[in-house]
Amino acid sequence: MIGGLFIYNHKGEVLISRVYRDDIGRNAVDAFRVNVIHARQQVRSPVTNIARTSFFHVKRSNIWLAAVTKQNVNAAMVFEFLYKMCDVMTAYFGKISEENIKNNFVLIYELLDEILDFGYPQNSETGALKTFITQTGIKSQSKEEQSQITSQVTGQIGWRREGIKYRRNELFLDVLESVNLLMSPQGQVLSAHVSGRVVMKSYLSGMPECKFGMNDKIVIDKQGKGGASEEAAGKSGGGGGKQSIAIDDCTFHQCVRLSKFDAERSISFIPPDGECELMRYRTTKDIILPFRVIPLVREVGRTKLEVKVVIKSNFKPSLLAQKIEVRIPTPLNTSGVQVICMKGKAKYKASENAIVWKIKRMAGMKESQISAEIELLPTNDKKKWARPPISMNFEVPFAPSGLKVRYLKVFEPKLNYSDHDVIKWVRYIGRSGIYETRC
Amino acid sequence: MPAVSKGDGMRGLAVFISDIRNCKSKEAEIKRINKELANIRSKFKGDKALDGYSKKKYVCKLLFIFLLGHDIDFGHMEAVNLLSSNKYTEKQIGYLFISVLVNSNSELIRLINNAIKNDLSSRNPTFMCLALHCIANVGSREMAEAFAGEIPRILVAGDTMDSVKQSAALCLLRLYKASPDLVLMGEWTSRVVHLLNDQHMGVVTAAISLITCLSSKNPDEFKTCVSLAVSRLSRIVSSASTDLQDYTYYFVPAPWLSCKLLRLLQCYPPPEDGAVKGRLVECLETILNKAQEPPKSKKVQHSNAKNAILFEAISLIIHYDSEPNLLVRACNQLGQFLQHRETNLRYLALESMCTLASSEFSHEAVKTHIETVINALKTERDVSVRQRAADLLYAMCDRSNAKQIVAEMLSYLETADYSIREEMVLKVAILAEKYAVDYSWYVDTILNLIRIAGDYVSEEVWYRVIQIVINRDDVQGYAAKTVFEALQAPACHENMVKVGGYILGEFGNLIAGDPRSSPLVQFNLLHSKFHLCSVPTRALLLSAYIKFINLFPETKATIQEVLRSDSQIRNSDVELQQRAVEYLKLSSIASTDVLATVLEEMPPFPERESSILAKLKKKKGPGAVSVELEDGKERGELNGGGDRGGEAAIAASNASTPSPSADLLGLRSAAPVSGAAPSAGSLLVDVFSEAGPAASSAGVNDDGFLSSAPPSAASEDPAPPLPESDELLNKFVCKNNGVLFENQLLQIGIKSEYRQNLGRMYLFYGNKTSVQFVSFSTTVSCPGELQSQLNVQTKTVEPLVEGGAQVQQVINIECLTDFIDAPLLNIKFRYGGALQNISLKLPVTINKFFQPTEMAAADFFQRWKQLSQPQQEAQKIFKASHGMDTEVLKAKLLGLGTALLENVDPNPENYVCAGVIQTKAQQVGCLLRLEPNAQAQMYRLTLRSSKDTVSQRVCDLLAEQF
Repeated sequence: MIGGLFIYNHKGEVLISRVYRDDIGRNAVDAFRVNVIHARQQVRSPVTNIARTSFFHVKRSNIWLAAVTKQNVNAAMVFEFLYKMCDVMTAYFGKISEENIKNNFVLIYELLDEILDFGYPQNSETGALKTFITQTGIKSQSKEEQSQITSQVTGQIGWRREGIKYRRNELFLDVLESVNLLMSPQGQVLSAHVSGRVVMKSYLSGMPECKFGMNDKIVIDKQGKGGASEEAAGKSGGGGGKQSIAIDDCTFHQCVRLSKFDAERSISFIPPDGECELMRYRTTKDIILPFRVIPLVREVGRTKLEVKVVIKSNFKPSLLAQKIEVRIPTPLNTSGVQVICMKGKAKYKASENAIVWKIKRMAGMKESQISAEIELLPTNDKKKWARPPISMNFEVPFAPSGLKVRYLKVFEPKLNYSDHDVIKWVRYIGRSGIYETRC
Repeated sequence: MPAVSKGDGMRGLAVFISDIRNCKSKEAEIKRINKELANIRSKFKGDKALDGYSKKKYVCKLLFIFLLGHDIDFGHMEAVNLLSSNKYTEKQIGYLFISVLVNSNSELIRLINNAIKNDLSSRNPTFMCLALHCIANVGSREMAEAFAGEIPRILVAGDTMDSVKQSAALCLLRLYKASPDLVLMGEWTSRVVHLLNDQHMGVVTAAISLITCLSSKNPDEFKTCVSLAVSRLSRIVSSASTDLQDYTYYFVPAPWLSCKLLRLLQCYPPPEDGAVKGRLVECLETILNKAQEPPKSKKVQHSNAKNAILFEAISLIIHYDSEPNLLVRACNQLGQFLQHRETNLRYLALESMCTLASSEFSHEAVKTHIETVINALKTERDVSVRQRAADLLYAMCDRSNAKQIVAEMLSYLETADYSIREEMVLKVAILAEKYAVDYSWYVDTILNLIRIAGDYVSEEVWYRVIQIVINRDDVQGYAAKTVFEALQAPACHENMVKVGGYILGEFGNLIAGDPRSSPLVQFNLLHSKFHLCSVPTRALLLSAYIKFINLFPETKATIQEVLRSDSQIRNSDVELQQRAVEYLKLSSIASTDVLATVLEEMPPFPERESSILAKLKKKKGPGAVSVELEDGKERGELNGGGDRGGEAAIAASNASTPSPSADLLGLRSAAPVSGAAPSAGSLLVDVFSEAGPAASSAGVNDDGFLSSAPPSAASEDPAPPLPESDELLNKFVCKNNGVLFENQLLQIGIKSEYRQNLGRMYLFYGNKTSVQFVSFSTTVSCPGELQSQLNVQTKTVEPLVEGGAQVQQVINIECLTDFIDAPLLNIKFRYGGALQNISLKLPVTINKFFQPTEMAAADFFQRWKQLSQPQQEAQKIFKASHGMDTEVLKAKLLGLGTALLENVDPNPENYVCAGVIQTKAQQVGCLLRLEPNAQAQMYRLTLRSSKDTVSQRVCDLLAEQF
């Protein structure tokens, strides 16, 4: 179990130190600083073992969060907790920065007391925490409220309190995906995968029972065989002919009933009030690659390099990709760069050793091109330039994995509103993860 | 940086550095550096001409980036350009860059060398100094090649400035250390020595470092420096503290120079010239006197400087070791330091005293401080100081105070730091042995040692006790009694059990008269420890038990019961099981007489140098040369021999110390005995039929030594053949295949076939360790006249033998004429760095070339009569050393290579054989008759052949076989 949790700034000064177990001493704080933060060589492993003590760290901008333990703990659990901790802090005071942490350190200690008990992670649901850990000081709560909090925190459904009421029952679903790619110079896909998540924001009264459906291959195949009639009810129009997708693996928010998912692969749950990440998934098959990068690099003698890069957008012409950025690495002995591009803006950024080409918008099935002349300083080093891959960033309004939301049904038997009264919104956003083409 | 102070401070650089310092994260720093590098690259791009200032600035930035840990692969050219600038700051930055980032680009090196040459030949002393510093900083071979000739000239030139001379001397020193072969002093020597007379103290200080280094390599050339150094030293020592102004450090005149001078003098023996010597002694006396004076300052620097000179002077006095007066004074001075407040001083005093103790002049003086040293050992807080105190106690020990010192060390051992315990144990063991007048005291001490620090008592220590007890009749009874008492402690150390088992096994009878230590009590006491011990100890205990059976027949039943129990006779450990089985059989089959012979008391060990001493030396490692030297000296003095070259002798004598695995009881398991028998199945048969139980003890004992001898033979020449090799040879007279040799490292198997006068032998060298043997080589030589009698051809083997691997070697043998000796096989290899050298006799004997001849009785007797001249016959009558089994005899005779002729001899008990020995020169017919006499256990062997030497040789060979 987690023995302690420390937060450091970039200089290695301790901002927060909370020790849960006796086996962790104060010297553990210094051990991590000396061996990781101030290490001569950059420490790349997120888990470091120093003197039989394990340090698990994550870094958020300039802030280091380190969980310490002497026991043989589940590392995945520790990291999950650290990420949750980051989420909670972000939800409470925005960006995690040294200043914010210093301004909120009372709050952070309070949170740490609540979400970890003797090193065992407890409730880390922001919505629930916000009901009893507030930044506005102590509110004298009425008896009912107090008992309500107690029953919520200790009860079966810890993430939602009872008696929520909204005039308008509304529901937002965001499908957020990031697509990762590594492509050879000849255009062959070397590896590609999409990691996505479904984020849900709900403003529903009472304790609604929800059911979520998507074009998961297993479900579709089963229904196709069994000829279930339920499909028609859930269909909210749209891609009727759309194919189903194969999900490699997925994880759910704690509110989803896993037993039901295991048995019949249906996703049913009582959502927490407000925002939550309903599920996370990953696919590797039939990925729609939104852009194709075609590089052309020619070395002219020892002192000159010519680069030409063409990008092609590969989706419906009616859709618009946004925030496109192509990053073309330059050799380490670059002494001057001239760039010509048809569309967008391109600039040589010496500090990053790259040419950065930005395009604001680009419709589907279009093509654009950049050419650059790079002057090199002759060095006596015989080492050849390693030619790092060209990387790309973008945002597209569809899900590159092909995932579609088929339905989201809401039942609230106690209150008198039905599925039809709920206003539902669905949005798809596809972003680039590590999207690289070798040159 | 001095460059910045000159008014042309580089603002860009300062801004850049402050930017870097303000970076919040590593990433930000890298970004800033990348940006700067791109900027510098664009500036360095060929087409623009840069002025010196900006060039200097950018080179400076590159240097800074490099020092931050980033790679720099350009800018060298610009730095070289800076070298040709006339501005000091630009030149300085250029040189700085070159010395930090020197690149082995040949073109660049040429340019750099050119620039340095220009600066060296300029008249500007600062430029010359910069160039010299650069050469010294780089110090590469290329630099040495280019400038090693030039620098001595600058060093001794009359018109060179003092500061340049200083730099030149140090630069030369650096080059000499880096590549001594390139710096040839030759004609400069005398002029360099005369630098000691230089007016400028700085030059002298720099020069003396150079001279010390040079003269330690070739002392003869620099001999003249001694008198100069002495006069220089006396001038410094006798000067008032104010005379040397700049070179007086906290009221001490030129302390560094004095120390260096004293150190230089330590490279040489005492000066022969009386005047010089007198002057030097005077100096040393002055230094000792000054130490007595009240300090001129309370500052720590003052006393440090003074003590530095003092200690250096004391080392010189010890080095000379010829002035009793000075030695005693030094010792008294150090005695004062022993109680000084400063820990460092106490440490140094103890250390110096250690060396003083080994001098005959000051040994007594050192001994007067024994109480203080013992006190230091007890009360000192710093472990390193305690360690020195222990060293000193060891060094000052002699016959008069040995008991006191050993007692003190023993009592200290109980609280000693773990890191020095083993060394302390060894020291106590050595002192106890060396100065033991009364051996019962020795036994007490060592048993105490084992009791107090059993874990740290190495094998050698307890081996040694046993050796001494066995060799000295007078302590055996006492030892047995003491051991018996010591074993009665509820928990005793395993080493104690080992010693106990061995001594009671040998001398238990000496205390058996006392009913409190009756045989059965002794046995039960030993056996109560049995189950707590490790396998080797248990094996030793089993051997002790069998000895008990011999010593006390009344314990036989009990011990047989123990041996028969499943935990022994079916032990999963092969060694234990085998011992149990063999001992059980031995005790039940053999008669009391046989038992008494087999289990006779161990013979005294050959007197030899203590093996512990070698262990102590090994432990000290090469770092503690002085201590070793002191060891050598001490021994020289105390043993009256006075030769310091005794170390080699010790190394040699260590060689004969039994290896740790050699079982002292001489009852090593039968495995090595039966070495000739490759299969384990025939193991017992071999032991009992071939060698017989009586021989097993002696034979095995030899094997124990045999296994220890090879590793010790560390000389480069082929080792003399093992004493057993003749015996080995005999084993192979009637056999062609088997194991020729085996020790812990190596096993040599042999397989041979002979046809007519030709033979082919396959040798299999098996590496028994897991480490590879390197430079493995074997040679076969034919000593003396054998060369003309045998023609031996070998194929070379691979020089590497991997761990656990086996290599094969083929040897072709041609017999030219009859012969007596056997060819020698010499094997050399390195195992873990130590050279192993093994010499064996190859089992090539004349009978191998026998060709069997069948003939009828009539034929045989005809020929027998033809060979009736007295010299053609060889006859031997001898006692049977093995059983007289018919089948065995027949097998042996057939193995000899002759044809066994049935129904020839009228007496069916007799054996008759015939064969022809095929040599290239001739064929020698050979007839054989063996007449056994079963009643008398005797044989008569008669051999007749056409050549007298052959009959004699074959007869000799064969006689050993029956």
